[in-house]
Amino acid sequence: MAETQALTKKDLKSDQDVRWCPGCGDYAILNSAQGILAGLGIPKHKMVFVSGIGCSSRFPYYMNTYGLHSIHGRAPAFATGIKLANPELTVWLVTGDGDGLSIGGNHLAHILRRNVDVKILLFNNEIYGLTKGQYSPTSGIGLKTKTSPMGSVDRPFNPVSFALGCGATFVARTIDTHQKHMEATLLAAAAHKGSALVEIYQNCVIFNDGVFDGVAEKSVRDDKTIDLQPGQPMVFGKARDRGLRVEGFDVRVAPAESADTWRADTPSAGPAFVMSQLDADPTMPRPIGLFRRVAAPIFNEGVHAQVNAAIAKKGAGKLRDLFYTGDMWEVS
Amino acid sequence: MTQTRNLGADLPSQQFENVVIRFAGDSGDGMQITGSQFTHTAALLGNDLATFPDFPAEIRAPAGTQPGVSGFQVRFSSSDIHTPGDRPDVLVAMNPAALAVNIKDLAPGGIVIINTGQFAERDIAKAGLKSNPMTDGTLAGFRKIEIDINDRVKRALEGSPLSPKDIQRCKNFYTLGLMYWLYSRPLDATVVWLKDKFSKKPELAEANIKALTAGFNAGDIHELFQNRYEVAACTTMPPGTYRNITGNEAASIGLVAGAELAGLKVFIGSYPITPASSILEQLASYKHYGVVSFQAEDEIAAICSAIGASYTGYLGVTSTSGPGMALKGEGMGLAVSLELPLVIVDVQRGGPSTGLPTKTEQADLLQAIFGRNSEAPIPVLAAATPSDAFECAVEAVRIAVQYMTPVILLSDGYIANGAEPWRLPEIDKLPRFAVKFLGEVPEGGYLPYARDDKRARPWVKPGTPGLEHRIGGLEKAHLTGHISYDPENHDFMVRMRAAKVAGVRDTIPTPPVVGDAQGDLLVVGWGSTYGSIASAVEITRAKGQRVSRLHLRHLWPLPAGLDEIFARFKAILIPEMNLGQLARLLRSEYPRHDFISYSKVQGQPFKTFELTNKIESILEK
Ligand code: SF4
Repeated sequence: MAETQALTKKDLKSDQDVRWCPGCGDYAILNSAQGILAGLGIPKHKMVFVSGIGCSSRFPYYMNTYGLHSIHGRAPAFATGIKLANPELTVWLVTGDGDGLSIGGNHLAHILRRNVDVKILLFNNEIYGLTKGQYSPTSGIGLKTKTSPMGSVDRPFNPVSFALGCGATFVARTIDTHQKHMEATLLAAAAHKGSALVEIYQNCVIFNDGVFDGVAEKSVRDDKTIDLQPGQPMVFGKARDRGLRVEGFDVRVAPAESADTWRADTPSAGPAFVMSQLDADPTMPRPIGLFRRVAAPIFNEGVHAQVNAAIAKKGAGKLRDLFYTGDMWEVS
Repeated sequence: MTQTRNLGADLPSQQFENVVIRFAGDSGDGMQITGSQFTHTAALLGNDLATFPDFPAEIRAPAGTQPGVSGFQVRFSSSDIHTPGDRPDVLVAMNPAALAVNIKDLAPGGIVIINTGQFAERDIAKAGLKSNPMTDGTLAGFRKIEIDINDRVKRALEGSPLSPKDIQRCKNFYTLGLMYWLYSRPLDATVVWLKDKFSKKPELAEANIKALTAGFNAGDIHELFQNRYEVAACTTMPPGTYRNITGNEAASIGLVAGAELAGLKVFIGSYPITPASSILEQLASYKHYGVVSFQAEDEIAAICSAIGASYTGYLGVTSTSGPGMALKGEGMGLAVSLELPLVIVDVQRGGPSTGLPTKTEQADLLQAIFGRNSEAPIPVLAAATPSDAFECAVEAVRIAVQYMTPVILLSDGYIANGAEPWRLPEIDKLPRFAVKFLGEVPEGGYLPYARDDKRARPWVKPGTPGLEHRIGGLEKAHLTGHISYDPENHDFMVRMRAAKVAGVRDTIPTPPVVGDAQGDLLVVGWGSTYGSIASAVEITRAKGQRVSRLHLRHLWPLPAGLDEIFARFKAILIPEMNLGQLARLLRSEYPRHDFISYSKVQGQPFKTFELTNKIESILEK
């Protein structure tokens, strides 16, 4: 039976030629996603990839699963409809910083707050790629693009802070060039029950090349990032000699021995939010990994529980009862 | 228990064929409930009926002011009727503002019942009136019945545990009781309704029943009237089982029924908007029919979630009104491109922009047919009356699933909130159009954009092994559905989608001409002008004029046979609550005919006399 056959990465590759620019970070993400999904034990006909518009949104065409390439920014709404219509499906959503945080910011906020069981990959390259290089809602202040020739004066979104603010139950960050970390993060997202948002630093070689190099480039990565993993000490540095301590609302760098243990399931999202705000501080390592992971009621389950309860209580509705109800009278 | 004395039996009772009553009061006076209860009872007595609720957009405009006036007109009859009537025979005015707003509509010699308890000087000032309309001549030519309902209710509920304020909120049921007495109607149905409505607050049920009964008894005791009236049951309605229904109820039921007839379940993704919200509300209560209802974060998410559900094998539905239609445009275009079934219900209201949210209009016709980027054809149909919304909803589902296309169902505020008797369908006479999902790879391989004899592509549910495929809004290659930028293919696909929608014409009937097959004038209508046109044509035909009428349920594609029909009439008149949108459409589709557009855009339906006047003026020429 197809259900039990193990998949290989190749099974998940569609027959379409991948058409991202050579060197684009999207390739690595596609490769990792195909790798981990093949190992989940889910048959490919039960997987649906949904996307909006943008470079990242071509993703579904390259997956040999069901796929819906929708319209700009609205993928969360399509994904919600799909998941509500068939909760058995494994639904993944691919979006970008423009698609997900600009035109589709509203929908992203609502899918996260509802906790629809959909896994969301937000490819953040801090630029509009498909429309050829305009600044995006995550572009840094001062970024010169075709629509910001004197530098952007537009304060950027922090995708992790945004998701936390929406009440997301799973929020993580990873890096396109960090395959091991990315695969572990995607696996954790796949295992989460509820909506999971993974921000992926993705390099756009054409319009914003190297934008994350300062923290994500392999030679500096260990010193410039800190990998938040639940239950693990917050240690970083090539020599793993430094750590983070949380003191009130402040975070300080301390020797590794006195680093705090990271918890992603605190009752309040406060600690995760504090961590997400370290981005603004160039003296601090950039947090990646798992910011938040908590259990919460799942929207699609709640919706169907009500449908089932109504059927249990009233019996499955019959056409006749739909018409012949309430006050009626006869004309003969 | 309720005691109603069978008083007034000694008063002369007068038979009427039909009566129009308008209840008018402050938004907070409960006039909509009063009107719908009166309607409910009339329906149970077997009257034919039509209603016209008319209320302000504000939930509670400042009390006592003219903008805050809420009205409910009901016409009940012993013969077939098509409209709620041009002019009320009886006006119930709960305060000076209600009187001032409505008195101009009252039929000459009509009865006006006035709650004098609300006519103090400050009430008159609040209504923005310079003088007291009871004494300044405003009421000349009408029969005036004065009654201090405030005081009567206070007395009737003496000793009630309710606060004085809550006691005053029973005024509408006192008024209803009074009207029940005047038109010889029983109280039972309303008593049952009150007990059910306030089952958790028996003191409120009891107080309202007391007020209702007191109003009924007062009709006799206080010698307010010289007559009682009767309107017999309507015997000319076709035999069957009936219930009273509003347009939004009928549309909701039709969507669930249509889905059932297609072997599907309904998914409604919607966002609250006047006057469409009650469709979402109603469908949310049909969970035991397997309906999944989703109140989305906005109009766009609403349609997109519905498309997602259609993609997954549900009947996706979204309901909205004009401003929401504008927002859904891109989603509709995607549904056209994906070739998935979807029903979009547009309950039209006054526009543009926010316009007149609670008033009616039919000015979204061209938007529905043409209002999307590029060539994005969508079948469009429109309900004529509240109960017709049922049949139209079923028909919309049929077209959507048989042709794998989004379909727009137009209704309007007048149909949505108006009510009429609905002859309940016989289950085995309903059309069936069961959907066959593609469940395995067909011989010769699976092609997502292969087509059947209706040019519809196969519908595949995600979760089906072996049929994994990707679709989206980019142009698709014929058959394979792969992304294609090929110019010839694009031209082919644009024409294919147009031909598919045009092909719907093969499965819709030519509408009948009512009246003579040829003559001096054909009145062509669509949507909710149906009732006024039917009445006006009946009246002018009775006077011997050679007038006929034709109603268009399907607006796009237009049914076959119209050209020949139009050719048989000397003139064609198209009344519309817009600036002539159907007329414009027909001029471009049938250029050899001349169409006279008659438009009215006042947020109010056509009155029958307006149409008879127009018809007569054309025929005089
Ligand atoms: S434009 Fe940038 S993001 Fe888009 S495919 Fe090319 S490199 Fe990748």
